[in-house]
Amino acid sequence: MKSFDLVVVGGGPGGYVAAIRGAQLGMSVAVVEADELGGVCLNWGCIPTKALLKSAELIDKIKQADKYGITVNDYNFDLSKMVQRSRQVADNLNKGIGHLLKKNKISIIYGAAKLLGGGKLAITSATGSKSAEAKELQAKHIIIATGATPRAIPGLEPDGKFIWSARDAMTPKHMPKSLLVMGAGAIGMEFASFYNSLGVKVTVVEALNHVLPVEDEEISNFAAKAFTKRGIAIKLDTRVLKVERHKGGLKVHLNSGNSPADAHDELEVECMISAVGVLGNTHSLGLENTAIELENSFIKVDQWQATHEANVYAIGDVAGAPCLAHKASHEGMICVEKINGIDHVHPLNKDLIPGCTYGSPQVASVGLTENKALAAGHTLKVGRFPLSASGMAIASGDTEGLIKTVFDADTGELLGAHLIGADVTELIQGFVVAKNMETTEQELMDTVFAHPSISEAMHESVLDAYSRAIHI
Amino acid sequence: MPIEIKMPAISPDFDAGNISSWDIAVGEKVAKGDVLVAIETDKAVIEVEAESAGTLGQILIPAGTDDVPVHSLIGYLLIGNETIADLPSAKVSGQAAATPAVLNGNPQSSSTALVTSAPATTPTQQLSEKQPQRLFASPLARRIADQNQVDLQTLNGRGPRGRILRADVEHAMSSKVPNVALALPSTPQSSQVKHSQIRKVIAQRLVESKQNIPHFYLSLDCEIDSLKGMLKELNANAPASLNSMTGNKEATYKLTINDFLVKAVAKAMEQVPQVNSSWSDTAMLHHEDIDISVAVSTDAGLITPIVFKANTKGLVSISSEIRQLAATARKGQLQAHQYQGGGFTISNLGMYGIDNFSAIINPPQACILAVGAGKQKPVVKDGQLAVATLMNLTLSADHRVVDGAVGAQFLSVLKRFVESPAHLML
Repeated sequence: MKSFDLVVVGGGPGGYVAAIRGAQLGMSVAVVEADELGGVCLNWGCIPTKALLKSAELIDKIKQADKYGITVNDYNFDLSKMVQRSRQVADNLNKGIGHLLKKNKISIIYGAAKLLGGGKLAITSATGSKSAEAKELQAKHIIIATGATPRAIPGLEPDGKFIWSARDAMTPKHMPKSLLVMGAGAIGMEFASFYNSLGVKVTVVEALNHVLPVEDEEISNFAAKAFTKRGIAIKLDTRVLKVERHKGGLKVHLNSGNSPADAHDELEVECMISAVGVLGNTHSLGLENTAIELENSFIKVDQWQATHEANVYAIGDVAGAPCLAHKASHEGMICVEKINGIDHVHPLNKDLIPGCTYGSPQVASVGLTENKALAAGHTLKVGRFPLSASGMAIASGDTEGLIKTVFDADTGELLGAHLIGADVTELIQGFVVAKNMETTEQELMDTVFAHPSISEAMHESVLDAYSRAIHI
Repeated sequence: MPIEIKMPAISPDFDAGNISSWDIAVGEKVAKGDVLVAIETDKAVIEVEAESAGTLGQILIPAGTDDVPVHSLIGYLLIGNETIADLPSAKVSGQAAATPAVLNGNPQSSSTALVTSAPATTPTQQLSEKQPQRLFASPLARRIADQNQVDLQTLNGRGPRGRILRADVEHAMSSKVPNVALALPSTPQSSQVKHSQIRKVIAQRLVESKQNIPHFYLSLDCEIDSLKGMLKELNANAPASLNSMTGNKEATYKLTINDFLVKAVAKAMEQVPQVNSSWSDTAMLHHEDIDISVAVSTDAGLITPIVFKANTKGLVSISSEIRQLAATARKGQLQAHQYQGGGFTISNLGMYGIDNFSAIINPPQACILAVGAGKQKPVVKDGQLAVATLMNLTLSADHRVVDGAVGAQFLSVLKRFVESPAHLML
């Protein structure tokens, strides 16, 4: 039986980062992967969808070429080539992870791991992947980083043809004429944006009364308007009652919260995507052999990612929301550093995790929304700066957007930053660094922002919170 | 070239000190070895002497400045026939800006500009004065501290490299004790006395000790009649010698119970060596030498100079050593190596008539012995009431290092030595 200081179950963005950090700290490490290194993020999530959205962005730009003085007489696109490029990107990065693990002398074991208790794991060959290299492993520490799977709603199980999973949606065989997206969270809105740019008639239904419901209400409303303007139909406060399949597609019965309980709409679409949350991947992990406890399918952990079983930890999606790759990676590092007794390890502060939604327009945020800050008892100073007043945004022709900052009026603490517009997913990091460093409005005001740049709008938003904005 | 006067590196863990006083004024002449400036460290006042004869040319950092980093330039000594015009700060004061070379105190400035302005107003000096104030705290922590009258100097930052974060300030606010006093400076009955470096360190170490070390206490009374008899006899027979200061003939030694206790404790530690250990996060540290710290009360606060290898020394040399250390400590002139370290502390409040008390362990040591006053008390001996002089010994021990039985064994060995000092001969 091979033994390791650390065995990481799952080679996604949480698992492989934890493994590399462990190796850096001198541990002998193995990663057990049942499918592909890089996890959902790299193979079936973050990365391939960004590749597709880049194609969509280019189509949007071509449509506006005239605005920039460029005449495009005709253009066309090939969906299969877009998908091919997206798969190629994922494939490249996947190989990259393999190299990184080898470089750090980490053993990669393909197979499904089952915890046997007492630091033992049984590895069984995962169907369709490489054969298991070891039958049993012994580990001083085990990190579970098995991720999550999209929640399937009874009666709406993906069939790959009419009802798509996210995986189907990023490898379409053909262009549907119309598409229903169920769930207006980040994943739903990114697919809605992508297919809308390709010319598909897209309808989004959301049970809550906002698109991107975790975002600041003002930003959500801004986003809803922007998506509507682009031609996406958005139905809020609406639930899918049932779906009838027929030859040409789907007949979807909807129930709107605003109408009487028995009133409902019908909608004919060719395909639909279900994007209504995820469940932790904990089945067949052998948790029954341990003291590990679950809560709503996710593994319960403490602030250092420790489970109820000694020397077993869980990180990333399987350890609960927010289900974000960067949260998983960071938890992996914290967990491994804590195991190794590194100084100054701090538990992850969830108010410091940025959240990004790609597509057109992009949305990015960190910290408390205005409503949550009020509910937490803060007295606020709120700044807003529209990109329509930014010289750089005007020059670029991307003036749709808003930078909103929320400060505590007493201490000047930056409580939250909420951005919408082109490329704001890159801007947000400025606020994340500032917040992590515990800056107040004063340091942000004192910072020199380069001109011309979109980031000047960050400065102006902060100035506006204190009624000092120059350009509005 | 003027000689740079720098904040000395007094000990390896010393990184900043307070300039307590300048002993001479600018323009005053000094001989080699004369005291230039007094530096207050966490435990003592160290005097910095002139490397050579000369004239104090400039004071860059005035007396009363706190937390001046080691190696900071604090002044210049002029030698030979150098004048104020030779000071590097003076040479560049005619230039537009202070150059980095000047900030480093490098006097080899190539400038030959004529100088008329007084050195006291040069930019160099102003910049140098600001440098030592650097304290690492996040902007939010600074603001919250400011709003709540929390003194950042008193906090330990838990951020990277000790940076003070908001949580540290909020922690200090919630623990209240030190800051409430600061928050109410205008109460008519109280007056503010700024903490000395020594007071800050005492406060920090005591809190650390009580918070981190699981203390337990063992207490017993010793009969010291025969010990007192022995000391009386030894002192009575002490040879006399001429005191050159007073011209009187004086006994060469006067042994006290405390001197004896240092010896007895050291001998007891030989027999129960577990007591001479320290806890660390990864391992138990067993010390070879038996070094006894003796608590000395000074105006500035408590300090614990050390009698090194006390088990190997005779009573007379222990006695004279303690006397000298205490005198040096009261003058604030102990050198770092004289009080840093030690494996065991003895604290005696017997002279104040205290019957018994429990002392706080002096980390990283594992034990401290609290000694009470010797008093005549009724005791029962062989069923008869009798009178004996009893002295209480209370041992505070770190339970991570010393278990109850080990502590008890140590104390019983010590009691045997105290009650029948002849056992020390064995």
